[in-house]
Amino acid sequence: MTDVVTYVEAIRLALRTALSEDERVVLMGEDVGGGGGAFRATLGLQAEFGGDRVIDTPISEAAFTGAAVGMALDGMRPVVEFQFSDFITSGMNAIVNTAAKMHFRARTPVPIVIRAPAAGGFAGGPFHSQNPEAWFLRTPGLKVVCPATAEDAGLLLGAAIADPNPVLFFEQKSLYTRVKGEFLYNSAAPLAGAITRRAGEDVTVVSYGATLHLALDAAAALADEGIDCEVIDLRVLCPLDFESVAASVAKTGRCLIAHEDYCRYGVAAELAARLAGELFTDLDAPVGRVGAHFWPIPFSPPLEEATLPSRDRIADAVRELALF
Amino acid sequence: MKHDESLVRDAGFWLHLIRAVESAGRSLYLQGRLPGSFYDGRGQEATSVGAALAMAPRDIACPLIRDMGVHMVRGVTSAEMFRHYLGKAGGPMEGRDGNIHLGAFDRGTIPMISHLPEMLPVGMGVAVSRVRRGETSAAIGFCGDGASAGGVFHETLNLAALWKAPLVVIVERNGYAYMTPEAKYLAVPEIASRAAGYGIPSWSGDGNDVLEVHSLVSTALDHARAGAGPSLVELFTFRMHGHGAHDDQRYVPEAELKSWEARDPLLRWREHAERVLGWTPADQEELDARIDEDVQAGLQDALAASYPPLDELESSLFAA
Repeated sequence: MTDVVTYVEAIRLALRTALSEDERVVLMGEDVGGGGGAFRATLGLQAEFGGDRVIDTPISEAAFTGAAVGMALDGMRPVVEFQFSDFITSGMNAIVNTAAKMHFRARTPVPIVIRAPAAGGFAGGPFHSQNPEAWFLRTPGLKVVCPATAEDAGLLLGAAIADPNPVLFFEQKSLYTRVKGEFLYNSAAPLAGAITRRAGEDVTVVSYGATLHLALDAAAALADEGIDCEVIDLRVLCPLDFESVAASVAKTGRCLIAHEDYCRYGVAAELAARLAGELFTDLDAPVGRVGAHFWPIPFSPPLEEATLPSRDRIADAVRELALF
Repeated sequence: MKHDESLVRDAGFWLHLIRAVESAGRSLYLQGRLPGSFYDGRGQEATSVGAALAMAPRDIACPLIRDMGVHMVRGVTSAEMFRHYLGKAGGPMEGRDGNIHLGAFDRGTIPMISHLPEMLPVGMGVAVSRVRRGETSAAIGFCGDGASAGGVFHETLNLAALWKAPLVVIVERNGYAYMTPEAKYLAVPEIASRAAGYGIPSWSGDGNDVLEVHSLVSTALDHARAGAGPSLVELFTFRMHGHGAHDDQRYVPEAELKSWEARDPLLRWREHAERVLGWTPADQEELDARIDEDVQAGLQDALAASYPPLDELESSLFAA
């Protein structure tokens, strides 16, 4: 029987496995050592592997991310933890300018993983709740991952560390201890590919990350009303598995994209444009989108709740599409 | 001070080669035959040449836009350099980047990004990685006096000091950040004095004297390679041309330029050469002819070269 682990335990086990199997791997970030990080993702790893492999850094995101890029250029496999994905702006140049463009400019690989706890739902306020994936998705040269399950947390992190390119790995704070599953690790696993989490015939709901669970809840509720949803988990946002989405939408003729990030210029905007452009004749309804409302994520719980997508907002949007 | 004859000879060759390559490139731009702009290091050749000659094979450098000397000392040929500037195939960046944004990791240089001084921690990371593997290595991170005002400068020196990282930060004190004179961006007379705030040593000296540069940077690199940690080297020099060839730098007072003209790094070298090598006008003529032949051949090669193919643009985005 396989042990069941939480999402954050899967992250920790994947990091531990990578540190054990590959001496090129180092972890770096604020508080990753004795404290085990703000979310305890690295708890115990410094004690096991030493301060040279699990490296505590000062509050110097630009310098330690830049240093990690240099280590990666030289063949190491640094895994950098940003304490919250919101803080990634403090290390932005090293990611979007130095790392992302290096292989294109000079054909030198930069195998670096940036781990960052993302998303809201716990009164974190405007600076501890953001979903920054779209910033990176429109930067050529970066891969972007957003696991929604404990299985994927381990599997995709192992694949990200093995990948020879810069990878942004957006962990979902609200899933850390809430979802459980089998610990999977395979450094040869593909860092690509969507998964159909629920098969259905009427409406395709595309999602990823924490919002996937809201989409699955909405699909369960809608089933009672006779609306049969197919729910697709994108898992990896770049490279994007558009083919899986297209195959499903060709079948259902209706598509809703739901994610916690803003809809404007993000994953939903991109998918909607591609579906309209490439599946125009298959569509029986306009492509729908659900995301956070377009203002900063407020602190006060009722305000935050009203800002982020919910099961009900997703269900309402699907009902609208089903009317066509 | 006694100087090694071969060092003086080498330094002279590179100083003159850089001056000639940059002069030819600047002319091409001014004739409208070179795309973008042309950013040269006229007057600052001694800093990059002196520093590069102090590097060991497994050292790494992050040169900036006035540091062509590092690239050429580390093996970029005149032909490759012109191909690069012209956006042709066969340059180190294959047309993906231009002007002085170039580098070849296997030759010990990392291509800069334009954001300054973002390359300082990157070079440090490479050297740290090598030391972790048991190699002896140090990094040179170049930084202008203007960019020393950036936050990454502070973050990197603090982190390097904490890690005892083998990093030598060379500040090229050339007096201007594009159009702004140093009085408007420097709050202290000497940037080297800031090293005290990080608990690291510093050296400062004449950036137009290639042998002094070589000596100071060698000391700092030895310090780094010995595991004693990072240091700061401030080299006083002057930017004799504008920020780029498009900039006539009318904002620089004539008297300031004149005073630095007298301290030209090639003239300074010549004094050393006469003393150490017994350098004669005939020797100079021979060197000039050799350089001219190399530069003209490189230029013709690059002008005749084809542009890079279009079909690899998307496929080279990611490493396989």
